[in-house]
Amino acid sequence: MTDTLALAQQTLLAPASLGDADLDRVLASVLTHRVDYADLYFQYSRYESWSLEEGQVKSGSYNVEQGVGVRAVSGEKTGFAYSDEILLPALSDAANAARAIARAGGNGEAHVGSKLAVRDARRVILYAPIDPLASLEDAAKVKLLEAVEQEARRADPRVKQVMASLVGVQDTILVARSDGQLAADVRPLVRLNVTVIVEYDGKRETGSSGGGGRVRYSHFLEEGRAQHYAREAVRQALVNLDAGEAPAGPMKVVLGPGWPGILLHEAIGHGLEGDFNRKGTSAFSGRVGERVASEGVTVVDDGTLADRRGSLNVDDEGTPTQKTVLIEDGILKGYMQDTLNARLMGVAPTGNGRRESYAHLPLPRMTNTYMLPGQRDPAEIIAAVDRGLYAVNFGGGQVDITSGKFVFTASEAYLIENGRVTRPVKGATLIGNGPDVLTRVTMVGNDLALDSGVGTCGKDGQSVPVGVGQPTLLIDGLTVGGTQS
Amino acid sequence: MKKTQESKTMNSGLHEQESSLRAVVSDVLAEAKQQGASSAEASSSMSQGLVVNVRLGEVETVEHTRDKGLAITVFFGQKSGSASTSDFSPGAIRDCVRAAATIARYTAADDCAGLADPDQLAREIPDLDLYHPWNPGVDRAIALATECEDAARGADPRIVNSEGASLSTHDGIEVYGNSHGFLGAVATSRHSMSCAVIGEDESGMQRDYWYTADRKAAGLEAPSKVGHEAAARTVRRLGGRKLATRKTPVLYEAAIAASLLSHFIGAIRGTSLYRRSSFLLDQLGQPVFAPHVRIHEQPFLRGALGSTPFDNDGVAPSSRDIVRDGILQGYVLDVYSARKLGMKSTGNAGGVHNLTLQPGEQDLAGLLRQMGTGLFVTELIGFGVNGVTGDYSRGAAGFWVENGVIQYPVEEITIAGNLKDMYRNLVAVGNDVDLRGNTRTGSILIDGMTLAGS
Repeated sequence: MTDTLALAQQTLLAPASLGDADLDRVLASVLTHRVDYADLYFQYSRYESWSLEEGQVKSGSYNVEQGVGVRAVSGEKTGFAYSDEILLPALSDAANAARAIARAGGNGEAHVGSKLAVRDARRVILYAPIDPLASLEDAAKVKLLEAVEQEARRADPRVKQVMASLVGVQDTILVARSDGQLAADVRPLVRLNVTVIVEYDGKRETGSSGGGGRVRYSHFLEEGRAQHYAREAVRQALVNLDAGEAPAGPMKVVLGPGWPGILLHEAIGHGLEGDFNRKGTSAFSGRVGERVASEGVTVVDDGTLADRRGSLNVDDEGTPTQKTVLIEDGILKGYMQDTLNARLMGVAPTGNGRRESYAHLPLPRMTNTYMLPGQRDPAEIIAAVDRGLYAVNFGGGQVDITSGKFVFTASEAYLIENGRVTRPVKGATLIGNGPDVLTRVTMVGNDLALDSGVGTCGKDGQSVPVGVGQPTLLIDGLTVGGTQS
Repeated sequence: MKKTQESKTMNSGLHEQESSLRAVVSDVLAEAKQQGASSAEASSSMSQGLVVNVRLGEVETVEHTRDKGLAITVFFGQKSGSASTSDFSPGAIRDCVRAAATIARYTAADDCAGLADPDQLAREIPDLDLYHPWNPGVDRAIALATECEDAARGADPRIVNSEGASLSTHDGIEVYGNSHGFLGAVATSRHSMSCAVIGEDESGMQRDYWYTADRKAAGLEAPSKVGHEAAARTVRRLGGRKLATRKTPVLYEAAIAASLLSHFIGAIRGTSLYRRSSFLLDQLGQPVFAPHVRIHEQPFLRGALGSTPFDNDGVAPSSRDIVRDGILQGYVLDVYSARKLGMKSTGNAGGVHNLTLQPGEQDLAGLLRQMGTGLFVTELIGFGVNGVTGDYSRGAAGFWVENGVIQYPVEEITIAGNLKDMYRNLVAVGNDVDLRGNTRTGSILIDGMTLAGS
């Protein structure tokens, strides 16, 4: 962690000859204006992407983004400004703009900025401060995408188009806070995606797969992962080529393990973010201690899983991430917090303060959200359903926090008839009510899986990488939005 | 007096910004040539803004935004690479070009890669009246947002909570240039005000919102009007019921109907066509909508949110019909996808411009009467659209209508169909056109959809 801090200081502060004393002075200048709390968020982010279509890598791009965000908090009020230049004058300008918030009246409890000190660091780091962009030769990145394409074409002659992309990011951040804490993180992130179009007998369909994490590109070369994504995309597309109309109406739904955990993210995750609950605008507001799920259902948000896409050593306010129990054996235990909402609600921050970049304000956000496994064999769960839907892959989802209504859209689904998976049906949107959907969980599988590392969550126009996971689940009565009534 | 001074400062700021961006783009193109690129294109932008949020009568956030960026694509013969940065220093420009050139070394030669042909580039750059900076100052911005939220909170006793009201103002300038000698600048502004409130009764809580947006501050709806609309939309949703599964006509409210057109544009974009990943392949000259439907784009509408004198390739867009009498007249192409298809760019690099669904004669009440019994949808959630097959299934909320009269709010339902059928079953378009975005449409009535509920 100290190495990470040194690395971050070298990357972010050294080019402008900024030292801890400068940061102390800027923070102190913000704090003179009846401000309770202030922070500086420095960021240097490098991003590359390579895309393949029609068998060739025809385009690639490289992007550098850097800047510093200055936040001043006075009671419930936040002033915010940023600059894309990490230089002392620009930093001072941003600080002046941000601290003006206190003019509108504050609590007036200015803490004197103690000298910056490294936060008591986590002993184990969750991912190494590597540069994924440099972890593989450019020629090998091109070859990797070509290998994905070849595998997809080899898998089936009905494959007509293969589109694949490889993305790598190295994000270096440093947070200096008015309470004297200083934290840094170097966050690698890679992702490989493949989409295929299959065509047969005048019908066309699509399938997608992919994965990634806070690792080197070699992740995709190991265990045949890249080729597996290619075959998986083809398999999904071919299943859909044969799919009939999806059913319409409420029915028993069996959700497969892994990525279908997007259910948890939409149905309950967003509703348990601290800001909505502090404001009383969530369907879950004021419900801690109440039953919101069946017995045996435990859901956590865990930012501490090694190498995971949704993991962070520290969040964007410098708070170490943690494993937060959201629902324990069906009872709502707590919310996910950033420092602002935690302070206003009188609870501890949970390491969920995240921001898309220096140019955005932190918000309470999820990391990796998943349900712990139960006892049931997945085969036993399917066998228990007379008629229902077995949904194993999903596209995106969305939720209305206030009414609690949420959707998520299946991209691979089958009918279950008399306890057996029979035939594929087209993708359809599933809709339910967040506060009661988990009370309809009647069986929980023993096969917990996390997703392969492709999730991105949007809130207030800000995107952050997240993870989800769950075991196989049986839900008694979700509305399936097909066309066959 | 103060205002005049402020706007003067802004204008001289604009000139400075424009010349500095022109210089950056020229420099980066020169650097590309220096590094051996056979051709290159670059775009560069600067923008600034203020966003103020007020909640429950108190300031919640004040955000000052200031952004700039530079993006370049270099071509070495038919090979290309791209890079971008927010640092305009000579060293950063050199690095940026070098990064793009490095990528071009590894990408494959592509016959269709390259700049627009010189004769396609916009020759004139008309002033489309898109730049009306507004500098209300933080205090005035707070006052306007407060007035907006107060109006919403005072509108009905069932409004019990608020997500707040927001006032946002942005202006900026963008310069695009390429090694054919094209160099064009467009300055734009956009201001908006929005409000979201929570209503509650014995049935539970509901949230809804309203917003106004325009290039001119004077074009915004009054704060109280935005607040009242947000409150009315929230309160009318209280007591939402589920509906039983059925076949039904669906009336999409103007405010959410634009998504139907964006799925259509997605299907006739060049990229979707040459990848053969569209549900509308090979449909040029064929009926794709009901025979009464006209869809056109109007890139040169003065002061409109979707107007532009040239697209992201430097090509002039055109005022044209995309659908006439229900028949597909043209695709939505940029230079690259046009070459892939053996066609000409339609000036749509970066998208369509003021896409307009020709309004019909009836207002919303008229459309409700025409529908008789069916679903009036005011909110859609989720992403359940398959662009390859046209299969459509989305979460919805709205109102059940009988005999042309709204009966009660409904929620936790989905509506489904296939877009190919939905477009042909488009019964009518209202004259209640929503002008707050790049797509201009009234409410849209579609027959024969499946509603899934309880």
